[in-house]
Amino acid sequence: MLDFIQQLVSGVALGCIYGLIALGFVLIYKTTEVVNFAQGELLMLGGFFAFTFIALMGLNYWIGFFLAVVCMAAFGALSERFVLRPVLGSPQFSIIMATIGVSYFLRSIAGMIWGTDDLKIDTPFSTGVLRIGDLVLAHDKLSVIVATAILCTVLWLFFTKTQIGTAMRATSENMLAAYYMGIPVKMVVALTWAISAAVAACAGVLLAPITFIHSNVGLALALKAFPAAVLGGFGSIPGAVVGGIIIGVIENMAGFYLAQGWKDVAPHIVLLTMLLLKPEGLFGHVGRKKV
Amino acid sequence: MSFLVAENISLQFGGLKAVDQVNFAVEKGEIFTIIGPNGAGKTSIFNLISRLYNPTSGKLFFDGEEFTTAPPHRIAKMGIARTFQNIELFDNATTLSNLLVGRHCHATTNLLQEVLYLPAVRRAEFEHRHKVEQVIELLDLEPFRDKLISGLPYGVRKVIELARALCSEPKLMLLDEPSSGLNVEETDDMSFWIRDIRSELGITVLMVEHDMSLVSRVSDRVMALNYGRELTTGTPAEVQSHPEVVAAYLGT
Amino acid sequence: MRFIFKTDYDQDIRIFKHSGYWYSYSILLLVLAAMPFMVGTYLQSQLVFVFIYAIVGVSLLILVGFTGQASLGHAAFLAIGAYTSAWCQQHGVPFVVYFPLAGILTGVVGVMVGFPALRLQGIYLVIATISFGAIVEEILARWESVTNGNEGLKLRTLDIFGQTVPRDSPGFYFLCLGVLILVIIAALNLLRAPTGRSFVAVRDSETAAKSMGIDIAAAKVRSFGISAAITGLAGCLYAHKLSFISPEMFTLLLSIEFIIVIIIGGVFSLHGAVLGAIFIVMIDPFLTALKDDVPTLIGNLWAFFGADGPTAQHVQDRAASIASAPGLKGAIYGLIIVGFILFEPTGLYGRWLKIKLYFQTFPMYKAATFKRQKTYVKSERNR
Repeated sequence: MLDFIQQLVSGVALGCIYGLIALGFVLIYKTTEVVNFAQGELLMLGGFFAFTFIALMGLNYWIGFFLAVVCMAAFGALSERFVLRPVLGSPQFSIIMATIGVSYFLRSIAGMIWGTDDLKIDTPFSTGVLRIGDLVLAHDKLSVIVATAILCTVLWLFFTKTQIGTAMRATSENMLAAYYMGIPVKMVVALTWAISAAVAACAGVLLAPITFIHSNVGLALALKAFPAAVLGGFGSIPGAVVGGIIIGVIENMAGFYLAQGWKDVAPHIVLLTMLLLKPEGLFGHVGRKKV
Repeated sequence: MSFLVAENISLQFGGLKAVDQVNFAVEKGEIFTIIGPNGAGKTSIFNLISRLYNPTSGKLFFDGEEFTTAPPHRIAKMGIARTFQNIELFDNATTLSNLLVGRHCHATTNLLQEVLYLPAVRRAEFEHRHKVEQVIELLDLEPFRDKLISGLPYGVRKVIELARALCSEPKLMLLDEPSSGLNVEETDDMSFWIRDIRSELGITVLMVEHDMSLVSRVSDRVMALNYGRELTTGTPAEVQSHPEVVAAYLGT
Repeated sequence: MRFIFKTDYDQDIRIFKHSGYWYSYSILLLVLAAMPFMVGTYLQSQLVFVFIYAIVGVSLLILVGFTGQASLGHAAFLAIGAYTSAWCQQHGVPFVVYFPLAGILTGVVGVMVGFPALRLQGIYLVIATISFGAIVEEILARWESVTNGNEGLKLRTLDIFGQTVPRDSPGFYFLCLGVLILVIIAALNLLRAPTGRSFVAVRDSETAAKSMGIDIAAAKVRSFGISAAITGLAGCLYAHKLSFISPEMFTLLLSIEFIIVIIIGGVFSLHGAVLGAIFIVMIDPFLTALKDDVPTLIGNLWAFFGADGPTAQHVQDRAASIASAPGLKGAIYGLIIVGFILFEPTGLYGRWLKIKLYFQTFPMYKAATFKRQKTYVKSERNR
């Protein structure tokens, strides 16, 4: 039983990371119908920036964290401006390939700049455990869960209490009409990318104590975050996080209880089953063209 | 037995009744028009007949055969062709390619024959092209034969839409607002073509139209709809002077 | 500029629109046929890879370019073709049997993938194909009785009716070239017939295609099946070329490489598949040259422009260290993909057409002929 709860908690923590990446996907998709395959690399870069600030430059953990997030937000906005804006309007497949290209590039550049070894940063959560009776829960995993909850609340408040949410949806439906309606489309899109990159950076820094920072971490996580985003329904923000948690739990449980090899395949099998039964995901809704 | 019969057809989207218990029958060889304000359910009826939507209740009969649950791609084989209100042409292809796709329901060759390009495929291609050229000649589309659709003006695209429907050699044509976006001269041409389609090619025409002068010139019978429900059916003159139709749609 | 006055349906239907094409393609064929006897083994080997990648490129073109479906899982189809051939060869099945068998079996798997793919569109289909690829890779690693797991399978030399065709021989080269030509002809035949037209119709407007009597489901499933079958054939040749296959050779990155082939070449034409394949396969030799020759070149140039000895050497060393950095291939791939999508969306073949048009209409060519109008995002959610 204790094992089960332990695995559950680490599954939820892993799932929160997937959820945060999936959140980034869904945010960008909601605004421009682009799926940013480079989201995992943004997470990895967030971790690397944090490493530079905390370990190489010796700053305080929290300041380094904050700086890493701010830098990544700026980086996200810049990459939107220079990579995405010229190609918006092309068929969706081209844009997806462009983001795949960006992810390739970032992965290799990170390897060239920071090297390909695993890097470690000292965080307040690296050691330390919470004991509830016989249950031992590591602080690093709990930090992920708590941080995800805080982030989600902040984002939910941001999107429901402001007009930006509607502006974002309008932009993805028909950008030309959004321009006519006076929505500052360029700012909305840049802001979305900045927020997604910031969220990914948070996830990257939080992930650092659990798996060390290395340049391939982004791809592996992003590949699992897709099933998360699809599971939740690609247009739904709470769905992304819920989907992520489900995938994380399933993956951990599969790794612990089933034979070797199922751990990696389980999320994909869940994804394919979901797509077959309910393509629009748990929280999505079916659309239809009017002729 | 009427050619096309809609029996108590209804279409409901949640709480909204797009089409509400509509009954009508189209006789062979006539031009039947459906009129009504926007949102009355006219295009929904077309979509029901083309089987793009599933009716919530009711039955549809064509030439005596019920087709309420048929899959959409069987409709063309049955002999019903349609044009769309917002033109659904293939933008990146030439006019000729678009029209050749219209011949698809008469394709006789299978995949293996085509990959090997057996003589049967070549003969079938010649047949298809011959029929397509006849339609091009009928609708004066020769100058646009090899041009990409994306470079053609709206009026020409509407005519190509009509041509594509004609290429499938239908027995019944559904025309969704054939004159919308056309100027007076093009509308005149369209009215002549619709009558030619009926008299020369023997095709029954079911139309949705807003241009009342076109309706009076061309139709044999008219049905007026409002809020998904049928108001009246009759000759153009009768319907245009019916008090409910005037109140709901035409005005004084 | 040649103007074709049409008097006959054949002129529209023919593959070669006018006799000029016969000349150019015959010369190309002669050059390709003479290659093994003129160039060294390394270049010949690279050309064989070009042919194999081009075959997969053609199959992807049929699926993505002409039917509008997406697939980031073609490495899985390649793997199925490769493993079928390896297994059959181990059990004594002759080449002439297992070569078409690889194609047919992969085609069947493609059809099976096509059915669930009917319900998916756009991004969902892309993700589903990624998952499919990951699952197949895992199955190949776990199904040890058939695939020998992560240890991989070795293939013996190709054997047709008792004649061995080693993988570095001209015979193998001509085999791959022959298969490529046949596949291209088959694709062209498909496109000028009703089935090919129905594929293009499905891509451009599903609603209109439905009303024209095209069975969308059948078209998509057929397209998947054909694409998978062709990739399966390529898989058999790939396995023989490498002589050794293992599951970690068929990852998502390989699928992405195939997609890069058609993006670089141009998504709408068969020439694109071949051009893209040439480009991708030539990246490796390019990188080697970059590592070996370019730093010395840069050093010499620096010295030529008046810098003294140590500075030039320093620059040369920096260039050498950048060129030898392990991640360089990935970075260049990324830059190429992004560069092509930003600046050359119609691919190499599109650029070739523009160049041809320039020379055909010289001196009346206008630079604005191909200037793209500003495009905006239009939702593809409700196609």
